Amino acid sequence: MNLQFPDLTPVMPELFMTALALILLCTELLVKKKGILAALSILGVVVVAYTLIGSSGTTFGGMFVSDGYSTFFKVIFFVNAILSVLISIKYIAIERVNFGEYYSLILISTLGMMIMASAADLIVLYLGLELMALSTYVLAGFIRYDIKSNEAALKYFLLGAFSSAFLLYGISMIYGLTGTTDIKSIALYISEKGLTENPALSLSMILFAVAFGFKIAAVPFHMWAPDAYEGAPTSITAFMSVGPKAAGFAVLGRVFMIAFASIKLEWVAVFIPLSILSMAVGNIVAIAQTNIKRMLAYSSIAHAGYALLGIIAANNEGLASMMSYLMIYAFMNIGAFAVVIMLRSEDFKGDSISDYEGLSRAHPLLAALMLIFMFSLTGIPPTAGFMAKLYVFMSAINAGYTWLVVVAVVFAVISAYFYLRIIMYMYMREPKVEVSLSTSPSLGLALGVTTVAVLAIGVFPLYLVELARAAISGF
Amino acid sequence: MPGTYIPSEYLPVLIFLMVSVTLGFALLLISSGILGLKRAYSEKFTPYESGVPPVGEPRYRFSVRFYIIAMLFVIFDIEAVYLYPWAIVFDKIGLYAFIEMVIFIVILLVGFIYVWKKEGFKWD
Amino acid sequence: MVPLNWYMLLSAVVFTIGVTGFLMRRNIIIMLMSIELMLNGVNINLVALSHYLQDMRGQILTFFVISVAAAEAAIGLAIIIALFRNKATAHVDEVQEMKG
Repeated sequence: MNLQFPDLTPVMPELFMTALALILLCTELLVKKKGILAALSILGVVVVAYTLIGSSGTTFGGMFVSDGYSTFFKVIFFVNAILSVLISIKYIAIERVNFGEYYSLILISTLGMMIMASAADLIVLYLGLELMALSTYVLAGFIRYDIKSNEAALKYFLLGAFSSAFLLYGISMIYGLTGTTDIKSIALYISEKGLTENPALSLSMILFAVAFGFKIAAVPFHMWAPDAYEGAPTSITAFMSVGPKAAGFAVLGRVFMIAFASIKLEWVAVFIPLSILSMAVGNIVAIAQTNIKRMLAYSSIAHAGYALLGIIAANNEGLASMMSYLMIYAFMNIGAFAVVIMLRSEDFKGDSISDYEGLSRAHPLLAALMLIFMFSLTGIPPTAGFMAKLYVFMSAINAGYTWLVVVAVVFAVISAYFYLRIIMYMYMREPKVEVSLSTSPSLGLALGVTTVAVLAIGVFPLYLVELARAAISGF
Repeated sequence: MPGTYIPSEYLPVLIFLMVSVTLGFALLLISSGILGLKRAYSEKFTPYESGVPPVGEPRYRFSVRFYIIAMLFVIFDIEAVYLYPWAIVFDKIGLYAFIEMVIFIVILLVGFIYVWKKEGFKWD
Repeated sequence: MVPLNWYMLLSAVVFTIGVTGFLMRRNIIIMLMSIELMLNGVNINLVALSHYLQDMRGQILTFFVISVAAAEAAIGLAIIIALFRNKATAHVDEVQEMKG
């Protein structure tokens, strides 16, 4: 038996990404100026994004698929990687951890997310997940001398490894039930043999839901998130509140919509409480926070609850609205973290909410930007966050979950309290401390890109939504 | 079903094992517990009967180097797991598998060079 | 031949011991060991099913799980060493810098 050489066009972006990460790792040994590495990684990601064009297809015996769905998610991952690198350049120098490995780890983590989005087989899915998770654990603990960063990495690591063991047990159950790990064949086998009533199927579905509940930080699997988000370097908090979450949703969409399609009613019944609890706990506990990173962590938990509405709708419209939600979330969340990073300087932490008091007097432009991001996270028009919520709610209503949308709207109103509190602090309080900004061209570029994106998508949302719908059409 | 899977030919072996274990314990107990003399003197309480008494705490900190070497060993050791199945069917699956393995080794080599340059293998 | 049920039972028991250990013990090293136990429970399941189904996928996945577990252990130990350098403890409850 001579194995045929597989068609490599669908995996071209992943191959380029691997090569890029390895080249960066080697360049790091030779180059003293770390800025070059950042520039190289951004340039590389742009090249990899270019190879996405015309990469559709299935390869490696159906284990790896590149379709519109995965391509859309890969664009989210690239946006996430590029913006995270842009906001990191000055920040990691301030934190005195300006090491080149940082950038290769971001790229390897992004590679893992890309593999997750493209996985058509549970083995590939597991490998992508671990590749993403292992590099993110290291990134979370990147400030080695800081005990908070150590603790963040430790908690993230312990619970992440715990959840991936659950995922594996779910994979082994479904493998025993159907004798395959291919997502499409699993669905086919279940419907052919009439295994819908089998308890092993429900059990493995629940194990999958638990494992990905951890990854997307949905309540009650969220306990790692606040500590990990607070302790990790701020740029990495931005990175891991968008990337792994989006990757988790990509997998949720593919695995649950295809492999578990026959027990749709059951998994929708699992996700509805997850979604309500996430919105409730995320939004209510966020009110009590005094640290802005921790507040944004709870806000991120709440946003996972909103995005889950798209999964609960369980149709193409729901998935498309979930995808555009995550894209918009990437821009507005990284934008908010970019503002937080700007306040950090050598001798000033700047992560307490009280540091924002009277920010509009000293730095009106920055306060205005923060205002836009907070409006967007709340979901106030004409920002992108409003459109994101609108489309998710619409898809849930069309799928017949009007009561759930009412609940979600109530929690969105509650969330306005803590988002608008920041704005109130910035505009209506007297400044207590002298805040000096640590600006850099790259940080300015990131802020510019995110602001323009948030406003542009808010005014012209149809383009993005049509793109998501077109991406999902071949699903 | 459960219970019927212990074949009857193994029963004598089981009995033999039980008898030998009981006998061994019984003999030990009788010889040392009942017949043996019990006289305690200070020499009996030293860790080594005719050796030098140990100096200092038995627990002391190891250099963190040991952990790093152990970690590197675990990583590079485990990768050999992929070489075995590949080597066994190498003659059957041809050039494609060979190229894949070369890529795999090259990726490992990059990691190796990285650790080498970072002086991960230096003992002091 | 030992029937498949026994292997699955063993795997479930090992996995549950791992889960219990992870939730009950507060020493980080032991928690790490519990995670390894969970992964090995899954490995038993996968290899048994793979043999029973006469299909290689389960064993392939087991290989990957073994190597990923090694990588996980290495990263876990690295994180613990970094923590230990800053604060000499291997006890989860003593690692409480952040509250809220």
